Amino acid sequence: MKKWFDKILPSFIRQNPEERPSPIPQGLWQSCPNCNEIIYGPDLEENHYVCTNCGHHIRIGARHRMSYFFDNNEYQEISESIETKDWLDFKDTKKYKDRISESINKINEKEAIISAYGKVKDREMVAAAFEFRFMGGSMGSVVGQKFTDAVYYAVDKKLPFVCFSTSGGARMQESLVSLFQMAKTAAALNDLKQAKLPFISVLTDPIYGGVAASLAMLGDVNIAEPKAQVGFTGPRVIEQTVRVKLPDGFQKSEFLLKHGMIDMIVPRTELKEKIFNLVSKLSPKIDEA
Amino acid sequence: MSYSFLDFEKPISLLEKKIEDLRSSQDQPDVIQSQVDSLNKEIIKITKELYSNLSIWQKVQVARHPHRPHFSDYIEKIFHNFDEHRGDRNFGDDRAIIGGTATFKGKPVMLIGHEKGKDTKDKIERNFGMSQPEGYRKAARLMKLAEDFSMPVITFIDTPGAYPGIESEERGNSQAIAYNLSVMSKLKTPIIVIITGEGGSGGALAIGVGDNISMLEYSIYSVASPEACASIVWRDSSKAEDAAKAMKLDASNLLELSLIDKIIDEPLGGAHRDIQKMSSVLSDHISEQLEKCSSLNISDLLNERHKKIMSYGAIE
Ligand SMILES: [Zn+2]
Repeated sequence: MKKWFDKILPSFIRQNPEERPSPIPQGLWQSCPNCNEIIYGPDLEENHYVCTNCGHHIRIGARHRMSYFFDNNEYQEISESIETKDWLDFKDTKKYKDRISESINKINEKEAIISAYGKVKDREMVAAAFEFRFMGGSMGSVVGQKFTDAVYYAVDKKLPFVCFSTSGGARMQESLVSLFQMAKTAAALNDLKQAKLPFISVLTDPIYGGVAASLAMLGDVNIAEPKAQVGFTGPRVIEQTVRVKLPDGFQKSEFLLKHGMIDMIVPRTELKEKIFNLVSKLSPKIDEA
Repeated sequence: MSYSFLDFEKPISLLEKKIEDLRSSQDQPDVIQSQVDSLNKEIIKITKELYSNLSIWQKVQVARHPHRPHFSDYIEKIFHNFDEHRGDRNFGDDRAIIGGTATFKGKPVMLIGHEKGKDTKDKIERNFGMSQPEGYRKAARLMKLAEDFSMPVITFIDTPGAYPGIESEERGNSQAIAYNLSVMSKLKTPIIVIITGEGGSGGALAIGVGDNISMLEYSIYSVASPEACASIVWRDSSKAEDAAKAMKLDASNLLELSLIDKIIDEPLGGAHRDIQKMSSVLSDHISEQLEKCSSLNISDLLNERHKKIMSYGAIE
């Protein structure tokens, strides 16, 4: 394990997060997708994009997520430069390669996840965040690899690991390569556990399929944001199969809590504090060092 | 159940019909026999031609053939002394997954596999091989039992996918599958995985992580069923054939991608044409794999398994 790690270490660290565009969207006023209230942009930013009127947790991008988590928005990326590989030469109504370039051009991210390390209330942690706007946050080989590299970075440096998931599931365009990333991420998390390092899995709206059925459900602590929708099969497919109307709140955080799938629901504005607090209990030894 | 043929198997079925007609005719027995012999030769020739050139979609059809042998056939034909172990000890017993202990060449083994069911009643009881969380949890329980009592696990995969139901979600389909991945990647006993029919999505992978992953020649394995992939990506489930092609879900493509370790040859015309022979080929494969695994100590075995898992889709 160690040897493999040393080999890739020099190439995967990049230290220029400040070159990225500001995560704050351009418009000064924004409307809440839930209650339609028009809210002043800086107020929304201040409130971590939780609607100041109705409390709705508006979806945010991976980099935005990191900015709320790491102190002073400072973090170093892990395996930042890996590029998507078209294993199957996949083409549906569009070429996979073209879908990838479209996503890159649209949101200026290379893939559907960011992995990084930095300080959280002065404590070093490793974190990964899914980017839903990049092909629905779907997990293909690069997502699996960047997640796994982040886990092994945590193992090597003896740091806690946090993942903010949001994903439509395994990426169809890499078929079995994608499916097998579920096994890969699960196996990596075993090694984290073996090293007695905690994994905090944060479930954010939405998570389905292969990401729900692997890394997202494997947290030592599973935390969900309010009203996040998380399940294995999407509601549309279930409804078509069982031909009954789905109950209110089906697959929402409150449903997950009731059915024993998560430890707690935590509002976005309190996440950083809560994660820090949990990590301090699960991994106190490193705290003293 | 009357024998049914796939569309592309029609030329074979026509010749078999001729043989049947001959046998019931009033002609001299030696005349009949010589005609039957030549028809049989013709059948072999046509079958060889057809099966040497199957398209991906035809392979999908063979993988789902109504007469394709099931896990329960293989249990009966390959193993001895089988006892079914039922229940997940939490909620129930999922009939879409069968698990149990048996002996193979005199040694104990743990068998776990999907069972789609034979007749209509059986199919319904087994939910067409689509497991709910209890099925995966039963599988995990039995894997741990195998670890505790030092016997290898052999899994047989044949499922369209996990069952998409309300109760599956309530009882944590995602968690059950995720947990199994975690269990299998560190289970301290050999795991031999064989995809015998359909390997559909997380429902397949939930019993599909191991030391050797092989596929029967005409089995399929993909991130989602062709129909599901078509409806997600094309937004049109009638594009299943295109989806099957695009996902390269057949054994030869997946071997080339190093996602599986071996292709197990099927008898002429597919496993359903000669279940006895298929079982004997499988039995040789299992022998070989168990021998290979037993030559490694557990920590080497786990290191090799870990390396294999990490190699999936690894980018240089
Ligand atoms: Zn609102």
